[in-house]
Amino acid sequence: MPAAGVVTIALIVLIVLALVVYLVSTILALQKITNGLDDVIKSVGEIVEKSGPVNAVVDDINTNLDAGVGLLEGLLVKKAGMGDALGLVDGLYPGAAEAGFRAFPESREITPPRIGEVYTRGTLTLARLGREAPIAMANPAGPVLRSIEYGSLNARLLYPEARQSRPERLDRSPVIGTDAPEQYEQREDIGRPRKRMRSA
Amino acid sequence: MTLWWIGNAVLLVVLVVVILLLSGVLKAARSIVPSVRTIADAASKGSKDLDATALLLTTQDQVRETVAVVANYGGSLDVILDDAEER
Repeated sequence: MPAAGVVTIALIVLIVLALVVYLVSTILALQKITNGLDDVIKSVGEIVEKSGPVNAVVDDINTNLDAGVGLLEGLLVKKAGMGDALGLVDGLYPGAAEAGFRAFPESREITPPRIGEVYTRGTLTLARLGREAPIAMANPAGPVLRSIEYGSLNARLLYPEARQSRPERLDRSPVIGTDAPEQYEQREDIGRPRKRMRSA
Repeated sequence: MTLWWIGNAVLLVVLVVVILLLSGVLKAARSIVPSVRTIADAASKGSKDLDATALLLTTQDQVRETVAVVANYGGSLDVILDDAEER
Protein backbone atom coordinates (compact mmCIF):
# COMPACT_ATOMS: atom_id res chain seq x y z
CA MET A 1 0.00 0.00 0.00
CA PRO A 2 1.39 3.34 -0.86
CA ALA A 3 2.18 5.85 1.86
CA ALA A 4 -0.58 8.17 0.71
CA GLY A 5 -3.14 5.44 1.37
CA VAL A 6 -1.84 4.90 4.88
CA VAL A 7 -2.05 8.63 5.58
CA THR A 8 -5.59 8.75 4.21
CA ILE A 9 -6.72 5.90 6.40
CA ALA A 10 -5.05 7.48 9.43
CA LEU A 11 -6.71 10.82 8.77
CA ILE A 12 -10.14 9.21 8.36
CA VAL A 13 -9.66 7.30 11.61
CA LEU A 14 -8.65 10.51 13.38
CA ILE A 15 -11.71 12.31 12.04
CA VAL A 16 -13.98 9.51 13.20
CA LEU A 17 -12.31 9.44 16.61
CA ALA A 18 -12.71 13.21 16.99
CA LEU A 19 -16.37 12.94 16.04
CA VAL A 20 -16.95 10.16 18.54
CA VAL A 21 -15.15 11.83 21.43
CA TYR A 22 -16.70 15.24 21.01
CA LEU A 23 -20.20 14.02 20.20
CA VAL A 24 -20.25 11.64 23.15
CA SER A 25 -19.12 14.45 25.44
CA THR A 26 -21.79 16.69 24.01
CA ILE A 27 -24.42 14.01 24.52
CA LEU A 28 -23.40 13.63 28.16
CA ALA A 29 -23.61 17.39 28.69
CA LEU A 30 -27.03 17.50 27.06
CA GLN A 31 -28.20 14.66 29.32
CA LYS A 32 -27.17 16.71 32.35
CA ILE A 33 -29.07 19.66 30.94
CA THR A 34 -32.14 17.50 30.40
CA ASN A 35 -32.01 16.23 33.97
CA GLY A 36 -31.66 19.77 35.27
CA LEU A 37 -34.57 20.96 33.18
CA ASP A 38 -36.67 18.11 34.53
CA ASP A 39 -36.02 19.41 38.03
CA VAL A 40 -36.87 22.93 36.88
CA ILE A 41 -40.13 21.80 35.33
CA LYS A 42 -41.05 19.90 38.48
CA SER A 43 -40.41 22.91 40.72
CA VAL A 44 -42.13 25.33 38.36
CA GLY A 45 -45.15 23.03 38.31
CA GLU A 46 -45.24 23.16 42.10
CA ILE A 47 -45.01 26.94 42.00
CA VAL A 48 -47.89 27.18 39.56
CA GLU A 49 -49.95 24.76 41.63
CA LYS A 50 -49.28 26.58 44.91
CA SER A 51 -49.77 30.09 43.57
CA GLY A 52 -52.95 29.26 41.69
CA PRO A 53 -55.51 30.15 44.38
CA VAL A 54 -53.53 33.12 45.68
CA ASN A 55 -55.21 35.67 43.44
CA ALA A 56 -58.71 34.79 44.54
CA VAL A 57 -57.77 34.74 48.22
CA VAL A 58 -55.88 38.04 48.04
CA ASP A 59 -58.73 39.65 46.12
CA ASP A 60 -61.15 38.53 48.82
CA ILE A 61 -58.85 39.88 51.56
CA ASN A 62 -58.54 43.20 49.75
CA THR A 63 -62.30 43.41 49.30
CA ASN A 64 -62.87 42.89 53.01
CA LEU A 65 -60.16 45.37 53.94
CA ASP A 66 -61.60 47.93 51.52
CA ALA A 67 -64.96 47.50 53.17
CA GLY A 68 -63.38 48.01 56.59
CA VAL A 69 -61.50 51.11 55.42
CA GLY A 70 -64.66 52.55 53.88
CA LEU A 71 -66.57 51.87 57.06
CA LEU A 72 -64.00 53.53 59.31
CA GLU A 73 -63.50 56.49 57.00
CA GLY A 74 -67.24 57.02 56.74
CA LEU A 75 -67.64 56.84 60.50
CA LEU A 76 -64.73 59.22 61.06
CA VAL A 77 -66.05 61.75 58.59
CA LYS A 78 -69.55 61.46 60.00
CA LYS A 79 -68.47 61.97 63.59
CA ALA A 80 -65.57 64.40 63.26
CA GLY A 81 -66.42 66.22 60.08
CA MET A 82 -64.37 66.16 56.91
CA GLY A 83 -61.81 68.76 57.98
CA ASP A 84 -61.08 67.39 61.44
CA ALA A 85 -61.06 63.84 60.14
CA LEU A 86 -58.43 64.78 57.59
CA GLY A 87 -56.44 66.64 60.21
CA LEU A 88 -56.56 63.68 62.56
CA VAL A 89 -55.41 61.27 59.87
CA ASP A 90 -52.69 63.65 58.77
CA GLY A 91 -51.58 64.09 62.37
CA LEU A 92 -51.21 60.37 62.83
CA TYR A 93 -49.73 59.69 59.41
CA PRO A 94 -48.04 62.86 58.07
CA GLY A 95 -48.78 63.36 54.41
CA ALA A 96 -51.70 60.94 54.35
CA ALA A 97 -54.19 63.76 53.89
CA GLU A 98 -52.89 64.38 50.39
CA ALA A 99 -54.27 61.03 49.29
CA GLY A 100 -57.62 61.86 50.91
CA PHE A 101 -60.30 59.35 51.78
CA ARG A 102 -61.21 56.72 49.22
CA ALA A 103 -64.93 57.18 49.46
CA PHE A 104 -64.68 60.98 49.54
CA PRO A 105 -62.82 62.23 46.48
CA GLU A 106 -63.46 65.84 47.50
CA SER A 107 -61.27 65.29 50.56
CA ARG A 108 -58.17 65.56 48.37
CA GLU A 109 -58.86 69.23 47.78
CA ILE A 110 -59.21 70.13 51.46
CA THR A 111 -56.28 71.51 53.40
CA PRO A 112 -56.18 69.52 56.63
CA PRO A 113 -56.08 71.46 59.90
CA ARG A 114 -53.07 70.92 62.11
CA ILE A 115 -54.09 68.55 64.83
CA GLY A 116 -51.18 67.52 67.02
CA GLU A 117 -50.53 64.09 68.36
CA VAL A 118 -50.67 63.56 72.06
CA TYR A 119 -47.18 63.83 73.62
CA THR A 120 -45.66 64.76 70.30
CA ARG A 121 -46.93 67.80 68.48
CA GLY A 122 -49.02 68.67 71.50
CA THR A 123 -45.81 68.80 73.48
CA LEU A 124 -44.41 71.29 71.03
CA THR A 125 -47.49 73.44 71.29
CA LEU A 126 -47.33 73.44 75.07
CA ALA A 127 -43.64 74.23 74.95
CA ARG A 128 -44.30 77.21 72.74
CA LEU A 129 -46.91 78.49 75.12
CA GLY A 130 -44.69 78.09 78.16
CA ARG A 131 -42.03 80.31 79.72
CA GLU A 132 -38.89 80.70 77.62
CA ALA A 133 -40.53 78.70 74.91
CA PRO A 134 -38.19 78.33 71.97
CA ILE A 135 -40.63 79.47 69.35
CA ALA A 136 -40.11 77.72 66.02
CA MET A 137 -37.15 75.83 67.44
CA ALA A 138 -38.78 72.57 66.47
CA ASN A 139 -41.02 71.90 63.55
CA PRO A 140 -44.30 70.00 63.99
CA ALA A 141 -43.62 68.38 60.64
CA GLY A 142 -40.43 66.84 62.02
CA PRO A 143 -39.98 63.40 63.51
CA VAL A 144 -42.09 62.24 66.41
CA LEU A 145 -40.63 63.32 69.73
CA ARG A 146 -42.28 60.67 71.84
CA SER A 147 -39.84 58.33 73.45
CA ILE A 148 -40.78 55.55 75.81
CA GLU A 149 -37.65 55.86 77.93
CA TYR A 150 -36.85 59.54 77.54
CA GLY A 151 -40.23 61.13 76.91
CA SER A 152 -39.80 63.88 79.48
CA LEU A 153 -36.23 64.57 78.39
CA ASN A 154 -37.39 65.17 74.83
CA ALA A 155 -39.86 67.74 76.04
CA ARG A 156 -37.30 69.37 78.32
CA LEU A 157 -34.78 69.62 75.53
CA LEU A 158 -37.08 72.08 73.82
CA TYR A 159 -36.09 74.61 76.47
CA PRO A 160 -32.72 76.34 76.78
CA GLU A 161 -30.02 73.93 77.81
CA ALA A 162 -28.82 75.78 80.91
CA ARG A 163 -32.14 75.80 82.65
CA GLN A 164 -33.21 72.22 82.14
CA SER A 165 -30.28 69.86 82.11
CA ARG A 166 -27.76 71.77 84.26
CA PRO A 167 -29.76 73.54 86.95
CA GLU A 168 -26.81 73.46 89.32
CA ARG A 169 -25.06 76.07 87.21
CA LEU A 170 -27.85 78.60 87.49
CA ASP A 171 -27.30 81.80 89.41
CA ARG A 172 -28.22 81.67 93.05
CA SER A 173 -31.55 83.04 94.09
CA PRO A 174 -31.45 86.63 95.36
CA VAL A 175 -30.93 87.00 99.10
CA ILE A 176 -33.60 88.96 100.91
CA GLY A 177 -33.88 90.23 104.44
CA THR A 178 -31.91 92.51 106.71
CA ASP A 179 -28.63 90.74 105.92
CA ALA A 180 -29.14 90.91 102.20
CA PRO A 181 -26.20 92.43 100.33
CA GLU A 182 -28.58 94.58 98.39
CA GLN A 183 -31.08 96.61 100.37
CA TYR A 184 -34.12 97.82 98.58
CA GLU A 185 -35.93 101.10 99.17
CA GLN A 186 -37.92 101.25 102.39
CA ARG A 187 -41.47 102.39 101.98
CA GLU A 188 -43.00 104.18 104.93
CA ASP A 189 -46.54 103.22 104.13
CA ILE A 190 -45.86 99.52 104.48
CA GLY A 191 -47.26 98.13 107.72
CA ARG A 192 -49.34 101.19 108.49
CA PRO A 193 -53.15 101.25 108.38
CA ARG A 194 -54.57 101.56 104.96
CA LYS A 195 -55.66 105.01 103.97
CA ARG A 196 -59.37 105.36 103.89
CA MET A 197 -61.31 107.37 101.43
CA ARG A 198 -63.24 110.19 102.90
CA SER A 199 -66.91 109.51 102.92
CA ALA A 200 -68.90 111.94 100.83
CA MET B 1 -0.44 10.17 -6.63
CA THR B 2 -0.25 13.91 -6.39
CA LEU B 3 -4.05 14.14 -6.28
CA TRP B 4 -4.04 11.59 -3.44
CA TRP B 5 -1.72 13.76 -1.38
CA ILE B 6 -3.86 16.75 -2.14
CA GLY B 7 -6.83 14.76 -0.88
CA ASN B 8 -4.91 13.92 2.27
CA ALA B 9 -4.22 17.61 2.83
CA VAL B 10 -7.91 18.36 2.44
CA LEU B 11 -8.71 15.61 4.95
CA LEU B 12 -6.25 17.15 7.36
CA VAL B 13 -7.97 20.50 7.03
CA VAL B 14 -11.33 18.78 7.52
CA LEU B 15 -10.02 17.13 10.70
CA VAL B 16 -8.92 20.46 12.14
CA VAL B 17 -12.22 22.15 11.25
CA VAL B 18 -14.23 19.26 12.74
CA ILE B 19 -12.25 19.41 15.96
CA LEU B 20 -12.70 23.18 16.23
CA LEU B 21 -16.45 23.05 15.59
CA LEU B 22 -17.11 20.13 17.92
CA SER B 23 -15.04 21.65 20.68
CA GLY B 24 -17.09 24.83 20.40
CA VAL B 25 -20.35 22.86 20.62
CA LEU B 26 -19.07 20.89 23.61
CA LYS B 27 -17.92 24.07 25.38
CA ALA B 28 -21.31 25.70 24.85
CA ALA B 29 -23.19 22.61 26.06
CA ARG B 30 -21.05 22.36 29.19
CA SER B 31 -21.56 26.06 29.96
CA ILE B 32 -25.32 25.51 30.06
CA VAL B 33 -25.15 22.84 32.75
CA PRO B 34 -24.32 25.11 35.74
CA SER B 35 -26.93 27.63 34.61
CA VAL B 36 -29.59 24.94 34.51
CA ARG B 37 -28.56 23.75 37.97
CA THR B 38 -28.82 27.29 39.29
CA ILE B 39 -32.29 27.68 37.78
CA ALA B 40 -33.36 24.35 39.24
CA ASP B 41 -32.17 25.38 42.70
CA ALA B 42 -33.95 28.72 42.45
CA ALA B 43 -37.17 27.10 41.31
CA SER B 44 -36.95 24.59 44.15
CA LYS B 45 -36.43 27.37 46.71
CA GLY B 46 -39.27 29.36 45.18
CA SER B 47 -41.54 26.38 45.48
CA LYS B 48 -40.61 25.98 49.15
CA ASP B 49 -41.23 29.69 49.77
CA LEU B 50 -44.75 29.26 48.49
CA ASP B 51 -45.50 26.62 51.11
CA ALA B 52 -46.78 29.45 53.31
CA THR B 53 -49.46 30.43 50.82
CA ALA B 54 -51.80 28.01 52.55
CA LEU B 55 -51.75 30.40 55.50
CA LEU B 56 -53.48 32.97 53.31
CA LEU B 57 -56.68 31.06 53.95
CA THR B 58 -56.22 31.70 57.67
CA THR B 59 -55.49 35.35 56.94
CA GLN B 60 -58.63 35.51 54.85
CA ASP B 61 -60.75 34.20 57.70
CA GLN B 62 -59.07 36.50 60.21
CA VAL B 63 -59.66 39.53 58.01
CA ARG B 64 -63.32 38.65 57.63
CA GLU B 65 -63.73 38.29 61.39
CA THR B 66 -61.80 41.49 62.08
CA VAL B 67 -63.85 43.52 59.64
CA ALA B 68 -67.02 42.10 61.16
CA VAL B 69 -65.86 43.12 64.65
CA VAL B 70 -64.87 46.57 63.39
CA ALA B 71 -68.30 46.93 61.81
CA ASN B 72 -69.94 46.06 65.12
CA TYR B 73 -67.78 48.59 66.99
CA GLY B 74 -68.49 51.17 64.30
CA GLY B 75 -72.21 50.61 64.70
CA SER B 76 -71.95 51.07 68.44
CA LEU B 77 -69.85 54.21 68.09
CA ASP B 78 -72.30 55.55 65.58
CA VAL B 79 -74.98 55.29 68.24
CA ILE B 80 -72.86 56.59 71.13
CA LEU B 81 -71.15 59.59 69.54
CA ASP B 82 -72.84 62.62 68.13
CA ASP B 83 -72.42 63.43 64.50
CA ALA B 84 -70.27 66.39 63.58
CA GLU B 85 -73.23 68.22 62.06
CA GLU B 86 -75.25 67.94 65.27
CA ARG B 87 -72.60 69.60 67.43
